[in-house]
Amino acid sequence: MNNDPLIIAGKTYQSRLLTGSGKYSDLEETRAATEASGAEIVTVAIRRTNIGQNPDEPNLLDVLPVDKYTLLPNTAGCYTAEDAVRTCRLARELLDGHDLVKLEVLGDEKTLFPDVTATLEAAKTLVKDGFKIMVYTNDDPIIAKRLEDIGCVAVMPLAAPIGSGLGIRNPYNILTIVENASVPVLVDAGVGTASDAAIAMELGCDGILMNTAIAAAQNPVLMASAMKKAVQAGREAFLAGRMPRKRYASASSPIDGTFF
Amino acid sequence: MNITLNGEIKQLNDGTNLNQLIEQLNIEGKRIAVEINKEIIPKSEHTTYEIKDGDHIEIVHAIGGG
Repeated sequence: MNNDPLIIAGKTYQSRLLTGSGKYSDLEETRAATEASGAEIVTVAIRRTNIGQNPDEPNLLDVLPVDKYTLLPNTAGCYTAEDAVRTCRLARELLDGHDLVKLEVLGDEKTLFPDVTATLEAAKTLVKDGFKIMVYTNDDPIIAKRLEDIGCVAVMPLAAPIGSGLGIRNPYNILTIVENASVPVLVDAGVGTASDAAIAMELGCDGILMNTAIAAAQNPVLMASAMKKAVQAGREAFLAGRMPRKRYASASSPIDGTFF
Repeated sequence: MNITLNGEIKQLNDGTNLNQLIEQLNIEGKRIAVEINKEIIPKSEHTTYEIKDGDHIEIVHAIGGG
């Protein structure tokens, strides 16, 4: 499997599991779970610095060093294209010109479904501005293709609402998105447990981005390890090609040579 | 003069540059990014950007997120 890298915007990654860094109980848990997941790309959020806080307070980037991980700044919390674009520009400045970003423009707080029209608008602006965009979108194959046409380097459909853990709700749409795509397709959001991750990979997804499924597990570090294996197992099963489904049984032992 | 720093009104001496403000806040050397009036001010311009009355300044950093 060493010869099966994930390539995003020309860069090669061995891990097909991308993780978020939110919702952990502390930075040590963030570090340990991220390590156990084997992720090489880790999302971060961009927020106001707490003015007047203890200057020696530990920082996320101390446990996720930029020389070890590819940080993927997200635009989580943005409900307009303008805010998403501002966030990406701040992130690029923050990370010394690093231009790989996760674009998400949200539509409403209850579902956290993407605002697709605003996402398309933001993507156009950001591509012009030189960003490499991994874009969160819904499981609509037409929109996925539009985002690819605009120049996004990866398309990341949700499998279920962010943080819901409901699993792969619409596998046929994910499959159609994968079949149509010429950029990597990663399931972003909705995975709840290891079998969900395996199912997404068996559909042919190039990778999975998850946060809550690991961070909200009873034992996040153990779940991170489970997810790493599930993503690998699902990928191998996809490449191996599953047997056809049959309605009736087919004996595994030969009939010839029976003595009874 | 008055500025708005991360959403809060703050008084500042006239003639303060951005780098001096960052030092006053004890966040020099930290991995931060600065936007003033919705425009990015690159690190290379922190010492030359003179803060003006009414500037809206946002100073951000990276935190955990999915």
